[in-house]
Formats: sequence, C-alpha cells, structure tokens
Amino acid sequence: MENTALAGIASQVRRDIVRMVSAVNSGHPGGSLGCTDFLTYLYFEQMQHNAADFQMGGKNEDLFFLSNGHISPVWYSVLARAGYFPAAELSTFRKLGARLQGHPSTDKNLPGIRMASGSLGQGLSVGLGAAQIKKLNQDPTLVYTLHGDGELQEGQIWEAAMYAAANKVDNIIATIDANGRQIDGDVDEVLSLGDLHQKWVSFGWEVLHMDGHDFDSIRSTMQQAKAMTGNGKPVVIIMKTEMGQGVDYMMGSHKWHGVAPNAEQLQVALDQLAETLGDY
Amino acid sequence: MEFEVFGNKDTRSGFGEGLAVLGEQNPDVVALCADLTGSLKMDAFQKAHPERFFQAGIAEANMIGLAAGMTIGGKIPFTGTFANFSTGRVYDQIRQSVAYSKKNVKICASHAGLTLGEDGATHQVLEDIGMMRMLPNMTVIVPADFNQTKQATIAIAAHEGPVYLRFGRPVMPIFVKPDAEFVIGKADVLAEGTDVTIIACGHMVWKSIEALKELHAIGISAELINMHTIKPLDEAAILKSVGKTGCVVTAEEHMMNGGLGEAVSQVLSRQYPVPQEYVAVNDTFGESGTPMELMTKYHIDTPDVVAAVKRAIARKSIII
Repeated sequence: MENTALAGIASQVRRDIVRMVSAVNSGHPGGSLGCTDFLTYLYFEQMQHNAADFQMGGKNEDLFFLSNGHISPVWYSVLARAGYFPAAELSTFRKLGARLQGHPSTDKNLPGIRMASGSLGQGLSVGLGAAQIKKLNQDPTLVYTLHGDGELQEGQIWEAAMYAAANKVDNIIATIDANGRQIDGDVDEVLSLGDLHQKWVSFGWEVLHMDGHDFDSIRSTMQQAKAMTGNGKPVVIIMKTEMGQGVDYMMGSHKWHGVAPNAEQLQVALDQLAETLGDY
Repeated sequence: MEFEVFGNKDTRSGFGEGLAVLGEQNPDVVALCADLTGSLKMDAFQKAHPERFFQAGIAEANMIGLAAGMTIGGKIPFTGTFANFSTGRVYDQIRQSVAYSKKNVKICASHAGLTLGEDGATHQVLEDIGMMRMLPNMTVIVPADFNQTKQATIAIAAHEGPVYLRFGRPVMPIFVKPDAEFVIGKADVLAEGTDVTIIACGHMVWKSIEALKELHAIGISAELINMHTIKPLDEAAILKSVGKTGCVVTAEEHMMNGGLGEAVSQVLSRQYPVPQEYVAVNDTFGESGTPMELMTKYHIDTPDVVAAVKRAIARKSIII
C-alpha cells in the first residue's frame, strides 16, 4: 500500500479515536494516537488475516494481541476500518451493553479480539502460548503483540521474555510502544527501564528499532522482523512514538494518557485530522 | 457401615495417571508445569508426549498466560503446580486471561490445604476454593480420592471452559470405585441416613466416612454426600437430603470463609434454612507438622465431624 493511502487511513483512525473518547468523556487517547500508524500498517499491509470471517482459532492467519489494552480506541477503529465490524459500532464505545468494552474483551464476541487485556503484562505470555501451538499445529503464520513501555515494569513480561528465548519461540514479533510516558509522568521518572535495548538482548531476543510515525521505517523494520523469524530467536521491535501524535496539544506530555477532550478541544483536534473515509 | 477400600494412594497420583490417559486419548491435551513435574506426577505425560509438555520454570504468571494463549489454536492446556501458586499467586492472570476470556484452561493444583504438611503455612493454601469459586465462568472440582481424581482429570478435558481441579499430597484410602463415572456437578451420595446430612469434599470425605462408623455406633443415622464439584453446586442433591434430615454438617480442608460450607449455606439460607455446622479451618494460617497432626490440631479430623454432627442435631430440636 502507498504511504499516502496508509496515512489517509491513519488520519481517519485518529479522528475515530478522539471522537470515541470525547463522546463518553473517558478512555485513553494518548497511547492510541501514538500507535495509530503502527496498527494501521500492521492490519492494512503486514498481517495475513481474514476480517470478513473472524475465527477465534486463527488457523493459518497471523494473530495480534494487544497487551496494553487501554489503547482499545485505536484497535477498535483499525478493526472496524479493516472490516471486522461496521464502523458505526464505534459509537457504542464504553456504553452499556456494547461489544466495545473500555478494555478489549472476548466476553461479548467482538470480531478481531481473542483475549481480554487491560490488566497489564499478560499479553506476551498469551502470544507465546499461541505461537507455540502454531508450531505444534505446523501453522507457518506469525503472532504479533504490542506492549506499552510502562507496561514493561510488570514482572510477568520478563518471565515471558526469558521463556521465549529459552524455548526458541521464533514465530513471534513483539513491539514496544516506546513513548517514554505513563500515567504518573515520564517512564524514566516513574520507574526507569534502564538500558531497554540491552535488556532484551541479554534476554536472548533479536532487537530492532523503528520510528513509529514513519511508514518507510515501519515497513522496512517489519519486513526485516518477519525475515528474522524462524531462526531460533524471538524478535522485539522498540518503536519510538509520541504520545498523542497528530493532535498538537496532546503531544509532548503524559497528560493525555487517559483524559478525553471536551467538545471544544475535540473540534481543535478534528481540525488537524483530515476526514478520509467518512466519520462513523 | 462398610466401605470397600481399594488400597491407599495420594490424589496427586490420580491426577498424574489421568493426565497420562488423556495424553493417549486426546491429541489436543497439552500440559504445562512450573518446576514441579515430579510433585504433580506429570512425568508420565512428559515422557510419553514431550512435544506437548511445556516446562514453564518457576514463573507461574507466565505459565497461566501461555496456557490461555494455547487454547487459541484449539489445544486443551492442563497447568500443574501447588495449589497456592495455582491460585493466589496468579489470581489476576486467571481472572483476566482465563475466566473473563472464557479460555479452556484446566488449572490443576496439588498440595492443597493443611495436608501438604511439613512445608508449613507459606505453602498450605486454605483460601483457593473461595478465590476460584468467586470467578464467573470457573468450574471448581475437589475430588475425594485417587480414583476420583483420575476420573475427574479425564472428565474435565471433555468440558469446555475454565476448570480449577484441587487435589493433595498425602496417601489416603481409596473408596471410589475404579470404574465409577465422574459427572461434573452431580454429587455422590455415599451413605443414606435420616438424622443429619454430612456434605464433604476432598480428604474430608474419608474423614467423614470414618465418622459415619462412630455415629452409627451411637445410634445416629447420617447421610453422607461427596460434593466433589463445588461449582456448579448440586443444589438438588443438597435440598433433597436436608428435606429428609433437617440439618447439615459441611466438612472441608479449607477456610470456613469462602469454601464449600459457605456455598452450601447460600443454598440453604435462600431455599431451606436448617441448622448448619462447619468443619473447616477457622480464620487462621496453618504451620509445620505431619498432615494428620495438622488435621487434628486445626479441627478438621474425624472427631470434629462427629462433634459437629451432634451440635447440628441438637440445634435442630431447638429450632423445631
């Protein structure tokens, strides 16, 4: 897909995100906007998947697990825009009885979701389990996971990281949303991750880096990551992003991690984001 | 009041044998263990099916997540570790990735309760039934002896959904017939009686069988129900029995808070209030000791069942 086409989809996804959270005055726009380009690329170019006929088992399809479940708005929008369910359903986000729960769940059978997430640190383990069964089932497709950088403070992530290398789970590509921010402030101030690159290297992973807002960087890195699979080592990508990317007043701070824009602020945001596919 | 005894074995060995049978019968069954393969008796499965056995190391949270993920490709994962590390240590992982996500994971927990013995209170979980039965979508099973643990292990593979299977360490008499059918949610009435209903699970079923003999000798006719499934609870069996006996004793190797007794009392208080007495650990941690010493000290032994029966029957006459 052309970069301009991807950028067009991403712009619409960003509109969806700010409209969804503003409508219910809750949700997490910051990380959602920061991961928009990545998830757009993943679903519209990288992954082999079947939006029209969602199967929980995902046999012979690439699987994606969102470990940092609070950025559900971007995932819901990308899933809808990719054809998993009607975009009109985005208007039900966080409302009573909706399939679009505050954090992703399988409870209401929303197509595209295979595991609940929200309580952090669990998605890498889940992805590894799914990846090992793909191997057992001789299914050559891959497993992708996404994690926040703050989420890496959870101990379970490192249990999983150790397990993956020890067991040569080489059909998984984990991506870290390295925006450097979390609820209470900068990751470095709240609880520094130290040398993140070296941590993953020492845990036995192949480590790549990319700019999460440059489709050329995303494409080349994701292609490289895919080429690295099957070689006995798990692959992680440290993706540099900006929390709130695309909405000027949300960028450069942790303050829009979990705060929704009011009507006036929403309009300012929408003025910066072209409507490309039609608002829901 | 005679019960045929088929020998003596630990319930965990019943799990190990059941898992080995499943390994042969069902290619979708996979097993995970957190560095306790020998203690959980998972060696036979591991040896026969190394490609379907996953050693998680001492990392239980990751093990539960792995198991949840493994269901997605259609497998039926059985996780094995001590009951304490199968529940309290990984409650949030079970809650989100297994129970809420309705994943077909079988959480198999050995060394439950005081009868873990000498290792002491750090390992003697007495809250696990309560934690697991509070979770929506979770089935909770506490088989009574070796044979029943083997039968239950095989049965849960055919049940779609999360299951908590609790068993233990000590060698105990085997009294469930080797060819008995295990039906999830259907209680076993082991003895019929008219004066009191004893509802027990796990090792306390044998202790209650022993109590039956003493009760019989003093002229008390006790009905004994092996309530191997705590959730879903066989309410019909409870109501049918108490309708006849008019009082209940519950017996479990668990805290009084949250366990079998509390589950039974919920049924009775809403539908058929009768006196109930509890044989359970009363809001205290355990300690080191032999399993049988601990059962005596913490009042979950045969004499405690007998005493509770007498109290329940006495209260029955007061209410009437």
